[in-house]
Amino acid sequence: MDSLSVDHLLGIKQLQPEDIDLIFRTADHFKEVINRPIRKVPSLRDITIANLFFENSTRTKLSFELAEKRLSADVLNFSAGQSSLKKGETLIDTVNNILAMKVDMVVMRHPMPGAAMFLSREVNSRIVNAGDGAHEHPTQALLDSYSIREVHGDLAGKKVLIVGDITHSRVALSNIFCLQKMGAEVKVCGPPTLIPKYIESIGVKVEPNLRKALEWCDVANMLRIQLERQRIQYFPSLREYSLQYGLTKQLLDSIDNEFTILHPGPINRGVEITTEVADSERSIILDQVENGVAIRMAVIYLLADKIDKRNSS
Amino acid sequence: MKSRTLLDKEQIKLILDRLCFQIIEEFDSPDELCFLGLQPRGVLLSGRLQERLKALSPEEEYRFGELDITFHRDDFRRREKPLTPQSTRIPFNIENKTVILVDDVLYTGRTIRAGMDALMDFGRPKSVQLLVLVDRRFKRQLPIEANYAGKRIDSIDAEKVRVEWLEQEGEDKVVLYNTEENG
Repeated sequence: MDSLSVDHLLGIKQLQPEDIDLIFRTADHFKEVINRPIRKVPSLRDITIANLFFENSTRTKLSFELAEKRLSADVLNFSAGQSSLKKGETLIDTVNNILAMKVDMVVMRHPMPGAAMFLSREVNSRIVNAGDGAHEHPTQALLDSYSIREVHGDLAGKKVLIVGDITHSRVALSNIFCLQKMGAEVKVCGPPTLIPKYIESIGVKVEPNLRKALEWCDVANMLRIQLERQRIQYFPSLREYSLQYGLTKQLLDSIDNEFTILHPGPINRGVEITTEVADSERSIILDQVENGVAIRMAVIYLLADKIDKRNSS
Repeated sequence: MKSRTLLDKEQIKLILDRLCFQIIEEFDSPDELCFLGLQPRGVLLSGRLQERLKALSPEEEYRFGELDITFHRDDFRRREKPLTPQSTRIPFNIENKTVILVDDVLYTGRTIRAGMDALMDFGRPKSVQLLVLVDRRFKRQLPIEANYAGKRIDSIDAEKVRVEWLEQEGEDKVVLYNTEENG
């Protein structure tokens, strides 16, 4: 297969395993490109992409912007803080106004789950979901799986543990879908108040004990506690959380299992992971960031190929 | 589909040897130059060149790499079939070297244009030359010519020239296909 089965990247749920494989293979080539003396190719010279961030973001926004620039696309940036949304404009109106300026693709982060899906039905543009509330964050899941593949090879049969706030995490949900589609086994670990009740119904096992879970896994993905999404107190204190679910050097050294450590960032050092662990050789956190650019280049490149070809003549 | 063999195994072998001697004669030292096979089919030809150069002048070490031009093509989103990238492998510095681009067939010249652009991402070569096995002359859409050409042929657009190799298609030969019915 050399073309995606979808016209937008709304979530991992809509992708076929072949799509994920194609994105990975394409990202391999872009990873080589971004390590050249001149880290840029002219493929998307005639494409304009709008990055619409209705929610704060640093690395995802930078990563998308860099990916777009490495492909020679023209880039428009928009952040909710400076927008007319405050004046009462609807999402569709905002986006249609931007598209009227001849924009070909929209990368959007939005606090409402399903915002990207909604937009893809209402406007005539390719949509890339850069995170919609607590729903999905597909490019993060792709770059996590891609980084695991780099260290461990084929994902099939690999044991991946996700630790932390599973309920409020779009990274967790997208990761679960992606890993399962690629044949990996997924377990989650975290405070019972932050594990969705129905999680086992999608084939994910729960291991409440962090030590046991770490002894089992090939890869541990340590999520951030998303205090901004929690409306009530789900656990007594950050200190309590860190004692129960934080990954420390002592814990790491006492476990006889060479697992790889991932973290989607931003890190709360000393909460879910200590500084020593985050900077250890087992951690591939900075590789994840580098791979993020290659993965996003692959996604944008493959979707750009599906932009109405008649427009370009 | 009608087809006609333009070059057979023996003729290809002779041509490859001649091209190798031209290179050996042209350059005082292999340190001055490097070869880049264009993906996908130019790489097969550059593999053969490497083999023959090794046999003809065993004491010299020639550098060979592979260059993919997918992201530099001018027909992205303009062709029906999506482009599939291949690997790029340039394990040496091209700065101040003569780079010889290697491809099997020179036709419109567009692939070579993309190849030259892709090449510049890796540095500033002293000069760039082109080596092809088959030159479909009078068919250029860009002002590009080969420095070393195996065979120059006249063809029409409805014809397709295919260079086949032992390791891929089972036999070394160059075939001219006519894609038009009754043509």
